[in-house]
Amino acid sequence: MESTILFYLLSAMSVISALFVVFSRSPIYSVLSLIVCFFTIAGHYIMLNAQFLAIIHIIVYAGAIMVLMLFTVMLLNLNQEVSVHKFNLTKLMAVFTGGLLFLVIVASVKSSTLANYQAPAYLNIGNAEDIGMKLFTDYLLPFEISSVLFVSAMISAVLLAKKEIK
Amino acid sequence: MNPITNPESTTNWYLFLSCLLFSIGVMGVLFRKNALIILMCIELMLNAVNLLLVSFSAYTGNTDGQTFVFFIMVVAAAEVAVGLALMVSIYRNIGSIDIQSLNKLKW
Repeated sequence: MESTILFYLLSAMSVISALFVVFSRSPIYSVLSLIVCFFTIAGHYIMLNAQFLAIIHIIVYAGAIMVLMLFTVMLLNLNQEVSVHKFNLTKLMAVFTGGLLFLVIVASVKSSTLANYQAPAYLNIGNAEDIGMKLFTDYLLPFEISSVLFVSAMISAVLLAKKEIK
Repeated sequence: MNPITNPESTTNWYLFLSCLLFSIGVMGVLFRKNALIILMCIELMLNAVNLLLVSFSAYTGNTDGQTFVFFIMVVAAAEVAVGLALMVSIYRNIGSIDIQSLNKLKW
């Protein structure tokens, strides 16, 4: 019962902070509410018995990606919003399209026969040992390729962001 | 117990939550004109998919979904690094990251 209340609380917080990301005027408030959204998603991971992923999520997103975003907002001096929030046709259509997409996905979820599935009793998953065994046996090749991806992303980020040599 | 791992519950609220977060992300991409906020909304969509994968992983008692989430996080981190470098480069050349001003390739 407590976990149900916790689930509704976390869900409300993540949805409200996601809406703040979209609708807030200043980019710095968007970044801060996205951090709140990521923390609530980490709370969902802990409730879903994925403790290792929750910690990794907080370290990677709140620790690395959001600091990078904040640095960029500060660096580009985007703190003041120049364009005023006008409610024009494009924004109305954007909200309409998002609502329609939500309707379509929910309809397809409702029409699936997923509710008849019997959840197995084995729930000892999500710890570091289990994921580590998977990563280094079944998913060894993607794991190594992701390191190559990181190296290429790092090199391209440095090349793109550095000043042109005259 | 959790709503999703309870076999008696007929509604999977995690599915609806991740659908809602994904739709908010799509709406944000269409709504905003600041390229940085569009990047953040893409992160929001990736996180909605991650939440869906983790909930299915808890639902079936299988670790493969959580391993996929791990790889999605890797790709998201690389994407953000390259995307923010692109933002800095665009801002240095044009002086703004409003996507309305990026119309050189427009027909």
